[in-house]
Amino acid sequence: MTIPVLAWTILLAPLAAAAVVLLFGLHRRALSAGAAILGLLTSFACTVTLFLRSQHGGPLHLPLEASIEWIALPGLRIPFGILLDPLSILMTLVVTGVGSAIFIYSTGYMAEERAYSRFFGLLSLFAFSMLTIVLATNWVQLFIGWELVGFCSYLLIGHWYERPSAADAGKKAFMVNRVADFGFMLGILSLWAVSSPIAADRTFHFQTLASRLPEHVAAGVIPAHVLPWIGLLLFCGVAGKSAQFPLHVWLPDAMEGPTPVSALIHAATMVAAGVYLLARNFWLFEAMPSTLTVIMWVGVATAFLAACLAMAETDLKRILAYSTLSQLGYMVMALGLGGAAAGMYHLTTHAFFKALLFLGAGSVIHGTHEQDIRKLGGLAKTMPVTTATFLVGSLALAGVPGLAGFFSKDEILVLAKEHNAAVYILGTVVAGMTAFYTSRLFITAFLSKPHGHGSHAHESPLVMTGPLVCLALLAVAGGYLGIPHYLGEPHGAFHWDVALLSIGVVAAGGALAWLIYWKQAVSAQAIVAALALPSTFIQHRYYIDAFYSWYVTEVQQKVLAGLCDWFEQRIIIGLIVNGIARATALLGSLVRRLQTGLVQAYVLLFLVGVIWVLAAFVEPGW
Amino acid sequence: MITLNHYLSVSALLFSIGLMGVLTRRNVLMVLLGIELMFNAANLSFVAYSRAWGDAGGQVVVFFVIIVAAAEVTVGLAIAVQLMRQFRTLQTDEIKLLKW
Repeated sequence: MTIPVLAWTILLAPLAAAAVVLLFGLHRRALSAGAAILGLLTSFACTVTLFLRSQHGGPLHLPLEASIEWIALPGLRIPFGILLDPLSILMTLVVTGVGSAIFIYSTGYMAEERAYSRFFGLLSLFAFSMLTIVLATNWVQLFIGWELVGFCSYLLIGHWYERPSAADAGKKAFMVNRVADFGFMLGILSLWAVSSPIAADRTFHFQTLASRLPEHVAAGVIPAHVLPWIGLLLFCGVAGKSAQFPLHVWLPDAMEGPTPVSALIHAATMVAAGVYLLARNFWLFEAMPSTLTVIMWVGVATAFLAACLAMAETDLKRILAYSTLSQLGYMVMALGLGGAAAGMYHLTTHAFFKALLFLGAGSVIHGTHEQDIRKLGGLAKTMPVTTATFLVGSLALAGVPGLAGFFSKDEILVLAKEHNAAVYILGTVVAGMTAFYTSRLFITAFLSKPHGHGSHAHESPLVMTGPLVCLALLAVAGGYLGIPHYLGEPHGAFHWDVALLSIGVVAAGGALAWLIYWKQAVSAQAIVAALALPSTFIQHRYYIDAFYSWYVTEVQQKVLAGLCDWFEQRIIIGLIVNGIARATALLGSLVRRLQTGLVQAYVLLFLVGVIWVLAAFVEPGW
Repeated sequence: MITLNHYLSVSALLFSIGLMGVLTRRNVLMVLLGIELMFNAANLSFVAYSRAWGDAGGQVVVFFVIIVAAAEVTVGLAIAVQLMRQFRTLQTDEIKLLKW
């Protein structure tokens, strides 16, 4: 198989699988699951092959592009293709590898589901869309994939659409992303506009822009004050897709979808697309220090605020959702600090352990039909494999040394220490909070005495536990795979001071959770009562959802939509449409008077016409 | 001297009188008489030109006009009879189907 063929197969195999499912397989369960899994495994196999071929001495020299001319108009050239370089190969490995594990898991989790085939078809379509983003060669292709993943996310969150909360959650996700994508699109178009002073030369192409823009800026062709605004607009898209504060509100609600969807889309891949975009175009953001500062602070804020919310949640999946928000904040913060490799490293390890945690949660939900952690407990005896793998995932998330999360988080904290002390302190505090809520979750749901359904749960089948074990192995080994080195980061010295402080903070968080939830030595209610004001704030999710609701009903609908409605009703319909109708009727009623029915009146008109014709013979101008 | 113009003036006058009759008389038969007058005015005009230019063609046309007038009167009177039967009146302002 030649290299371009392999490359195109990566992108098109999931699309073909989606087509097979949606055209032929809607009532054939085995065909649907088989096609979807086969499609994504094919992509994974091709990616691994390309990865191996790109290693030292191999035939593949990165970066490599394979594309077709999609739109070729004078002044507008948009290719559609595949860009292979270490960044995209790493991300593709994550998407296809973790995705395959989740697809296989879904055959077990969704086994009793009526809309089984539709689920797999949409999962395949999502895989294709995500790969379009990852392998994109230009901004337009990336944007197409961006919108497609949002669409697939909407459909998959609302998989059980008969439930009003699920349907609403899907709409919310799509609408918040739409708002973000408005800014994103403006950013893309602005970037295109400044990409060349000659209109015919403008481009959306990543590599062309990367090579061209620095010279343009240095030469003064692009005013230097324009670039930060473009960067901020592009960051709007990132903030929406990667659920940064204040556009994070859709992610917790997205837990209405089936757990494999939460694992794949809202933990490992789609929400990471924003981080990937920042890494892919890091050369652009590097040139704008002010934008980087904004990105850094948004990331820190998200990490901190989401961690607070996670500490107060009681729903299993929502804790993991807020945890995802917090970790995404870390990734964005890393990029804001200038560490693209560190951000991508954390993205990869996070994909491993967060997918593991979500699939483990799904296993628990599948076995107990319960999502409230206060009603679980005692799962260690009844679901041993799930418990063990969930433990591995929790330790990785918390940042226990030796596991993947520790290494990637520490890279970010080292960066923070070098750049900004306040960010470093906040980052370390968040690491402690992460350890706290993770331990709280594990202790309450798995270790404590059974409070409800925990005692008569049963372990999940092999199709579900197998992927759990695979991901657990990756969560352990992820730190030793040499990812930063692969991405081009030089091997730095190990920072013992940062490592020791983070270990200490993690231990403190874990110990506090142990005291409160295992030993019951300190009462959680007492702490909540003592911190009454922040607690209320947290319980109402900082009133952000309330603010958005108020804004939509009071300002947007009453004022803006009301204004547009008035304009449409009174001016467009009343004045123009009805006005034309009335004018026509008026004209008609006047012309009607010519038709008297009296022959002699008609003779008179005839006479007038004859005189006019005769006059025209005399004086041709008349 | 009686010149061509005198004849043409008489013809024009006759034509106008006939036209006025057509436009203003309420009786259908009076309208037909007006039309006859217009025919005769045209005939007079043809004969006058024929005499003035020594062209016999004008007088030949007069024959045609008289015959056509005869045929037209036949048809016109037949229509008048039908109108009488249909509307029971020969007043032009009452012979119409339009309501307003």
